[in-house]
Amino acid sequence: MIALRHLFGIAELDAEQIRYLLQLGASFVGLSRRSIRKAPTLRGKTIINLFFESSTRTRTSFEIAGKRLSADVINISSSTSATKKGESLLDTALTLAAMRPHVLVIRHALPGCCHFLAEHLRETSIVNAGDGAHEHPTQALTDLLTLQEHGGFVGKTITIVGDIAHSRVARSHLLAARKMGYRVRLVAPKTLLPRRVEQFGCEVYHDFDEAIPGSDVLYMLRIQTERLTSNCSFPSLREYHEAYGLNGRRLAAAGEQCLVMHPGPMNRGVEIASDVADSAASRILDQVEHGVAMRMAVLTALCGGGEEA
Amino acid sequence: MMEVQVIFDARAVDDALDRMADAMRSDQVWLVGILRGGARVADALQKRLEAGGSLVHRGNLDISFYRDDLDTVGPNPQVRPTRLPFDVGGKSVWLVDDVLYTGRTVRAALGEIFDYGRPAAVRLAVLVDRGGRELPIAADVVGLVHKAPSGCSVKLVTDRPGWHVLQRRVRS
Amino acid sequence: MRACDLLIRGGRIVDPAARRDETADLWIQDGRIAGMGRFEGWARQEIDADGAVVCPGLVDMHVHLREPGEEWKEDIESGSRAAVAGGVTSMCCMPNTRPRLDHAGVIMQVKARAKAIGLCDVHPIAAVTRNLEGRELTEMRELARAGAVAFSDDGMPVWHAGVMRKALEYASSYDFLVIQHAEDKQLTEGGAINEGWVATQLGVSGMPPEGEDAMIARDIMLTRCAGARYHVAHISTAGAVSLVRQARNEGLRVSAEAAPHHFALTEDEVLGYNADAKMSPPLRTEADRLAVIEGLRDGTIEVIATDHAPHHVDDKRCGLSCAAFGIVGLETMLPVSLQLVRDGALSLPDLLAKMTVNPARLLGLEAGTLAEGAVADICIFDPEATWTLERERLFSKSKNTPWHGKVMQGRVTHTIKRGRLVFEGGKILV
Repeated sequence: MIALRHLFGIAELDAEQIRYLLQLGASFVGLSRRSIRKAPTLRGKTIINLFFESSTRTRTSFEIAGKRLSADVINISSSTSATKKGESLLDTALTLAAMRPHVLVIRHALPGCCHFLAEHLRETSIVNAGDGAHEHPTQALTDLLTLQEHGGFVGKTITIVGDIAHSRVARSHLLAARKMGYRVRLVAPKTLLPRRVEQFGCEVYHDFDEAIPGSDVLYMLRIQTERLTSNCSFPSLREYHEAYGLNGRRLAAAGEQCLVMHPGPMNRGVEIASDVADSAASRILDQVEHGVAMRMAVLTALCGGGEEA
Repeated sequence: MMEVQVIFDARAVDDALDRMADAMRSDQVWLVGILRGGARVADALQKRLEAGGSLVHRGNLDISFYRDDLDTVGPNPQVRPTRLPFDVGGKSVWLVDDVLYTGRTVRAALGEIFDYGRPAAVRLAVLVDRGGRELPIAADVVGLVHKAPSGCSVKLVTDRPGWHVLQRRVRS
Repeated sequence: MRACDLLIRGGRIVDPAARRDETADLWIQDGRIAGMGRFEGWARQEIDADGAVVCPGLVDMHVHLREPGEEWKEDIESGSRAAVAGGVTSMCCMPNTRPRLDHAGVIMQVKARAKAIGLCDVHPIAAVTRNLEGRELTEMRELARAGAVAFSDDGMPVWHAGVMRKALEYASSYDFLVIQHAEDKQLTEGGAINEGWVATQLGVSGMPPEGEDAMIARDIMLTRCAGARYHVAHISTAGAVSLVRQARNEGLRVSAEAAPHHFALTEDEVLGYNADAKMSPPLRTEADRLAVIEGLRDGTIEVIATDHAPHHVDDKRCGLSCAAFGIVGLETMLPVSLQLVRDGALSLPDLLAKMTVNPARLLGLEAGTLAEGAVADICIFDPEATWTLERERLFSKSKNTPWHGKVMQGRVTHTIKRGRLVFEGGKILV
């Protein structure tokens, strides 16, 4: 039996725990495909989704996961996006924790916010739903579940393209890759790569076309256009799409077996061409479906008793 | 009392499975095993029913997510997906398990079956009824009856030919 | 028969100003050092310094006392108590108070408060520009007359190259020292810790070392053209040490100070999002740490100063990215720095010079020496004593230290200010 106290990031999990969560996630996939999509697993548990950054996809995914397992799910969205509000984050979390939920699912722009809150919250389990540019563990686990259901990930090469510097998904994959035995290639101009990122043990490319041969998955990151052009990360969408967009030509060069993934939401025509997003190689909607199963697995692992991991 | 003892040998188990299949026989049988032991028993029953000319529809349930003891034992690390490849709505479904004890597993399985649809009837077939019920649940077809003392576990052993049933003392 | 007010018997007297390092008695009369050698006679008060080091009271040329304006973090009294508990008898406070130390009246107020408390001399460092805005110069001559010993916009850099050039030219016309917090804010914008492997792992915005190096390189060129005296505060990068070394080899009047945390700790301290290891400039890499030590060893860096920066717990307890920059340092300066001696990087006299006579000479302070007739500001410490730092026991009002729970080696046993014993055995004597 493996029970988790918190889920801060992939950094805190070992390979055995990740394999276990994936197995648990796989067993939940069927639940969302039957006519009555409800099981009593988390009956009597209270889960609060506390989202300080706008997110439809992840928040809904956690909400559906909790509700399908019969938990009581409460959603709180706060428009406070700036990290300046760190102190009120603590007060908000303390207030909610005093209402004694079992799980607090948190998204906040402050990297490390889960570690920080866990120091002050006693009994509530904390799930990281994205902390700044640090980690997004349930997304990486979801991606692995999708790959597991489509031929596996061990020994494969995932090529992540785009704004690595601000990507919590990329960090979670860089950490998971070494634990789970797959490779990560990063593709971006230097302006979108964090310093010393190669110390994660990944390959770094500036030319997308060079990185394509040998890639089993092309993983496209969302580009936040206004912010990145105004801070000189790249000159224009046009030039970005030409250099780093995934189009039909590049997909063809990758070969038939290559899958396309995206953590969403997509900018069609920027990092990914519409026909590619809708192509047979695309696993983007599978990712969304598996996201619910994976979050069910995480919530179940957090609410279960037994030995602490 | 011995720590481990064989309470039913291979022959007793075989005879019991034959009797059970006879009692369940009909033109079409909807057979749902409870993972993992119940699925083995359902496989054995399926073979006998099909030999006798019945059309058998098979499914398996994993009741891990319907258990009432998540808080104390944590999630089962070896969950197998539930597979019900037919619509249970309006059917008379046989639920199959290896050993009937407290009744909690059956209760969880009933809950799960109803989340897949509304069967016309659910009947319960068990290979061994060992007593010790904690819920008002009874089997419709019982292969073997054994009053096991509390503090003992009763297990169907199927990992090699010659299935048999063991009783083991787990606490005194 | 001789008589004296206070006798320190049998200590190892280390006075770098006089290149003295010997075991002897030292005696004090009327607040001044009366003699050294073998004392025979009657002493009103006696300290047995057998096994201890007796050195000039330490001079910390870089502290933030938060008064006036942020007295909940620290004030001149609590800062003075922390100082003498750390063996410090003279300190220079930075001007980023509210109001700023950019006006003679505020300078005089700070000095008056410190004098009334009487534990530790406080020498204000006045602002270079009004309100630290980097636009218009302060009245440096007036500020110096009121008691300012140098000029800095510390906390903020003088970012504008034209303003910095004029500041250096104007200050050097009267031989004033300009101290720079070297940070190109356009390069470090949004950064919380060193830009590098740790920041990349934590997903926290970084402050590149180039932000420090670039400004120092610029300032050295301006110093050359202005013929000025320029001092780099809290130097932290290998690049900056090398720039200062070059400038000094060229004969420019460029100096630098290092803070104990920059030669004792690295960015790894921040792993786990430890806000008590967040300061500006940030903890850097091991290569930078070793370069700072080499700079101390070869004389490029002539001063050790703490950048004592008290912050209320609420300013630190809000996550690493939004926590305030800075740590308290007065009470850990000596034990942390003594590690350099234990590691063989510096001799004890060379280390103590960087905390006594060097900053005193740089700023023209009457401090940092045990010469006969000098003001009797003395620090006595046991270099071997080990103790565990507990933040609750700090004399500073603020408890933001990365050394909480760590074992320290070297402990101040006595501090003497103007001949008066003000700190003994862990207690302030008032």
